[in-house]
Amino acid sequence: MSDRIVLDTAERILADLCPPEVVNDAENGVWPAALWEALEESGLTLAWVREELGGGGAETGDGFGILKAAGAWAVPAPLAETLLAGWLLEQAGLAAPGGAMTVAPAGPADTVALARGALSGTARQVPFARNAGHVVLLAGGCVLLVERDACALVPGTSLAGEPRDDIAFDGVRPLRTAPAPEGLDADRLLLVGAAVRAAQMAGALSRLLDQSVQYAQEREQFGRPIGRFQAVQHALAELAGEAAAAEAAVDAAAEAVAAGDFGPAGVAAIAAAKVRTGEAASKGAAIAHQVHGAMGFTYEHSLHHRTRRLWCWRDEFGNERAWAVRLGRLVAAEGADALWPFLTGSRAA
Amino acid sequence: MTGDRFRFPRVEFGPEERALREEVRAFIREERASGGFTPMADSWGSGWSPEWSRKMGARGWLGMMWPKEYGGGEKPALHRYIVTEEMVSAGAPCAAHWVADRQSGPLLLRYGTEEQRRSILPRIAAGECYFAIGMSEPDSGSDLASVRTTAVKVDGGWTINGRKIWSSGAHRSHYMIALVRTAPRDMKARHAGLTQFLIDLGSPGIEIRGIRNIAGERHFNETVFDDAFVPDDMVIGEAGDGWRQVTSELAIERSGPERFLSTFPVLTELVRELGPEPGERDAETVGVLAARTMALRRMSLGISRLLDEGEAPEVAAALVKDLGTRFEGELVREARNLLPAAAAAQSPDLYGKVLADGVLHVPSSTIRGGTNEVLKGIVARELGLR
Repeated sequence: MSDRIVLDTAERILADLCPPEVVNDAENGVWPAALWEALEESGLTLAWVREELGGGGAETGDGFGILKAAGAWAVPAPLAETLLAGWLLEQAGLAAPGGAMTVAPAGPADTVALARGALSGTARQVPFARNAGHVVLLAGGCVLLVERDACALVPGTSLAGEPRDDIAFDGVRPLRTAPAPEGLDADRLLLVGAAVRAAQMAGALSRLLDQSVQYAQEREQFGRPIGRFQAVQHALAELAGEAAAAEAAVDAAAEAVAAGDFGPAGVAAIAAAKVRTGEAASKGAAIAHQVHGAMGFTYEHSLHHRTRRLWCWRDEFGNERAWAVRLGRLVAAEGADALWPFLTGSRAA
Repeated sequence: MTGDRFRFPRVEFGPEERALREEVRAFIREERASGGFTPMADSWGSGWSPEWSRKMGARGWLGMMWPKEYGGGEKPALHRYIVTEEMVSAGAPCAAHWVADRQSGPLLLRYGTEEQRRSILPRIAAGECYFAIGMSEPDSGSDLASVRTTAVKVDGGWTINGRKIWSSGAHRSHYMIALVRTAPRDMKARHAGLTQFLIDLGSPGIEIRGIRNIAGERHFNETVFDDAFVPDDMVIGEAGDGWRQVTSELAIERSGPERFLSTFPVLTELVRELGPEPGERDAETVGVLAARTMALRRMSLGISRLLDEGEAPEVAAALVKDLGTRFEGELVREARNLLPAAAAAQSPDLYGKVLADGVLHVPSSTIRGGTNEVLKGIVARELGLR
């Protein structure tokens, strides 16, 4: 699949099948079956798995385009998680099953162990676990495919009303196992997960800007659209800046992932993306809510589809602080004279 | 996506670009080691050094994009970007040639007479000819179209009367490009009747009065024109075309690395002071500033590429300048809070010195080249709000 086709397909499907009602219904436990079916049939859910392994075989960069679109439309299904699970399977050369997947552990604090062919341990707040047919794990130096039905679930919910369930793996035997290739460890998964969430945030911010501009053009007070007031114009210009900076930061991270660069430069790009999109999420959501006034604070209005997800995603796979500390330490280790060369990815060899 | 509104295409550096960057870095390292300069914040705005400008000129780093017949290097915009970002991030003193190299030279190249190109451009490229900006007036700042300085047609030229203000380095510059009214103000066509003139600052009828800035430097000036005569061939382009020239100039003026890197030397020296193993709080702040720098650079570079492709991304440039100049202030605020220093211009330690430069110069970042309020207005117009 080529760039434009992938993104156009994603846009078309999401515009048709992911209206605000579908997002609301999903929060009430209604699985968006038509949406998911269309995404799956078009090969978008397994874009990061090569065709021989049952996937869509898209470029890594295109996958990030899909993630931005997923964020923009607030897709209430594990599209990002299935992409990430597919990426893990692909890394280990495992064939991908059909259907929705998720990835565990979702946080660096949880570990799942593998001994004598059986798993033990609990992964907390696994996104969309209850909706996934399979869970892909990184445990004991292996990539494992597990049937979700075989696991015990304790349901939980994110700030955005999305499933974040605890999974107990005790005694579960994986369906498929392959040794993780060199370098693929929990940290690498965290890095790619952070890049994934950053891309979703950039997409959501872009749509948040559109939505807020449109509202400011339509909502009238004091006899004119509120967008005519300079204070509102300036707030929206700042939101535009945040959205643009988020997108720029994510594009750099996407290139690092696509190039398989997980050395200091790649880590810096990904860390910077998670820090900058997290900041943009906080500032951007605050501006969008202020512009929407009380209306945007109602469940009725769809603004929260994006703002609540932004608040959730900025925390997942490491928050701004965690990534900023890591980036700051990387920079400090390089030293003052290498600061500029390091930030510009242009250290002399 | 935002990308549809504001496009920041990816820029890749080839072997030639990487070699250029290494060459510039080696030069800066040597100069730094031999005491050729001491890093400063706002080095492109305040670091006036004809000697430095001549050294850059000798290396072919000024007028880089211009045709060879006018002393240029016929290089792409990306090459100039590399040189400028290396200079500004290192805090090297580039103020003398900055305006001439960035905007006056390109303006003359496009609209000047052949004689002007031949006589002036090679001198700019050699780092020997400096320009001042003649846009603002005592009563015209953000509302630039309201300028009152007039030029009246006389035999063989024009007579100029009025005042230009905030012209950085005018007292040490050879020329000013001044935006002047050549037809009476028309409230229905606010941007009509404006013309740019190339003015030799050594001409009779011109008085340049210094204005000290809050750092105590004689930085900018008020230039008074009292029946100053300017010959016909000093009109830039067509009379009445001034506004269009000025706005296209601003797209270039607003998107460069100097719009987010002015205080970068503060970050460099902060990292030096904090050492290789900073505490968590310190590392976090450095990490946040690094992340913002990286995102801004990507945006600014993207605009440079669009300029190379012949586009005039004025709105994206305004957006980056708004974000970037606010960042310059954030950097200084975070640094001084993290590592208080007796910030003093005479400080023996470099961190204290660049921090002092930063604190005292940062107020101008969000004013010069269009206030951030004006920039946000430009972005808001693009969004369809005005």
